[in-house]
Amino acid sequence: MIVDLQRFLDAGRPEWAELEAILDKLETDPGYAMSFEQLRRFFHLYQRVSADLARIQTFASEPEICRYLESLTGRAYAEINETRERDARIRPWTWFVRDFPATFRRNIRAFQLSLLITILGAVFGAVAVGVDADAKAAIIPEQFSHLMGDPAKRVHKEETRTKDPFKNFKATFATSLMQNNIRVSILLLAMGMTWGIGTMLLLFYNGVILGAIMLDYIRAGQTAFMLGWLMPHGVIEIPAVLIAGQAGLLIGKVLIGGRDRTTLKTRLRALGPDLMNLIGGAAVMLVWAGLIESFFSQVHQPVIPYAAKIAFGAAELALLCWFLGRRTSGEGTH
Amino acid sequence: MNELRIRTPEGVEFAFALASPITRFLAWSVDAAVISVLSSATGTCLAVLGTLNFDFARAVTIICYFAISIGYGIVAEWYWRGQTVGKRLLRLRVMDEQGLRLRFNQIVIRNLLRAVDMLPGLYLFGGTASLLSARAQRLGDLAANTVVIRSPKITEPDLEQLVSGKFNSLRQFPHLEARLRQRLSPVESAVLLEALIRRDDFEAAARVTLFAELAGHCRALVHFPPEATESLADEQYVRNVVDILFRKHSV
Repeated sequence: MIVDLQRFLDAGRPEWAELEAILDKLETDPGYAMSFEQLRRFFHLYQRVSADLARIQTFASEPEICRYLESLTGRAYAEINETRERDARIRPWTWFVRDFPATFRRNIRAFQLSLLITILGAVFGAVAVGVDADAKAAIIPEQFSHLMGDPAKRVHKEETRTKDPFKNFKATFATSLMQNNIRVSILLLAMGMTWGIGTMLLLFYNGVILGAIMLDYIRAGQTAFMLGWLMPHGVIEIPAVLIAGQAGLLIGKVLIGGRDRTTLKTRLRALGPDLMNLIGGAAVMLVWAGLIESFFSQVHQPVIPYAAKIAFGAAELALLCWFLGRRTSGEGTH
Repeated sequence: MNELRIRTPEGVEFAFALASPITRFLAWSVDAAVISVLSSATGTCLAVLGTLNFDFARAVTIICYFAISIGYGIVAEWYWRGQTVGKRLLRLRVMDEQGLRLRFNQIVIRNLLRAVDMLPGLYLFGGTASLLSARAQRLGDLAANTVVIRSPKITEPDLEQLVSGKFNSLRQFPHLEARLRQRLSPVESAVLLEALIRRDDFEAAARVTLFAELAGHCRALVHFPPEATESLADEQYVRNVVDILFRKHSV
């Protein structure tokens, strides 16, 4: 039997429109809550539209109406069968001081691996420069060309400078650093899709550059300058990059699966909020690091003694360890 | 056609047509143009700030460019429930792979993972992944459990215009009319209706051949008396059959 299409449309349209209006409201207003009666009506409409869809699929294969009803059924299905909590209203402070550190600690092993790979890279970079001084040119990328020369000469130049090279350029420099480092962090996260291999390679390479530069300055007897220059921003920037690497490694772990018997899709679905917390937290840290690097790290002795800069960096590191390591109220319910 | 099929606990099955990589690329091209226009407009507006403090103006410009390039897709897809300007124009929509509600973290992840999809250039990784994926997903979609579907739009067939309410000689024989309804499958009915809707799109010769075949098929299923069918052209015969199938019997 074929249904009378026009009659079918006329009879169904009011309820389809009613359901569509409720769905629009639900989808645009995260805080919208229905009363019990409204919920019953919503469920009733969902069932009616589902029944209409079943009828039109069975009796009169009309593709456009069918697709429209499928769309309505699909949207209502998403609302009714969603068992995860609705996206809460955005609370940036709560997210940053509670959710981000909690996520970091919950996935601490991936961070430790991220740190280990970077340390291995740093050792490799230091050994390479230690064994062959020419390796520096091969390791250090062009964007750090100012580090290619003799460290002692650079230190002398910085300490005897009478004009601030970043005068009228500090804000631009800070934002350039922020956006560059955040892009690198996003890449570290995204490369997790190569089963984590791309993330590991990037972390290792970052470590190689760091190790090469550090050894170069230590060997030239400029350890104090190097620490005073790198520590104020580096103690935040490097952990932020490691956290982005942590997120990438988590993706790799989920893709590989290991002993986890759940499906890949389930694992990826569960990982989503953690990835967002980690990369978001890393981005906030990089904003701070960019400001410090531009406005503080580039000011050297005699304007600011190295001891003060090193002490500042050490204090930041201690605060960061406390911030990421502390347990917050309500934790453990995730 | 690639489809995402979902079966509800009530036993109703529905499908979404998946967007092809080419359509998605076109939508992305539109979005790239939108990002470019937004960035240029922001740069022009912020140039005024430069007269007050050049450094500050440059810094704000860099932040705005960065925020637009990273945040455009996230904000648009969140605000428009899975759509950007490009996707709206091409009637595409991002949705959860299991048909559930699209979450904010899914939108963030699929947009951030463009970083790997774009490698080594022109979305080669992402394009290859979506060609190989059964659900046309790029790497960002795989990680976020999302798919891009073609967003449907209701269009009601104008039966009045198709069958025009003229005298239908086949309706003189209700028992044969009922038999015809019974013997024609839903798919066959849809084919007859579609042929009538698109009749003006066919070349003249193809139109005659098509309606001759369709009418022949219907005639073979149910034999109406000669007085009901004589002098009926094939297309009119199909028109009368569609009238029987899809319109309420007017007494």
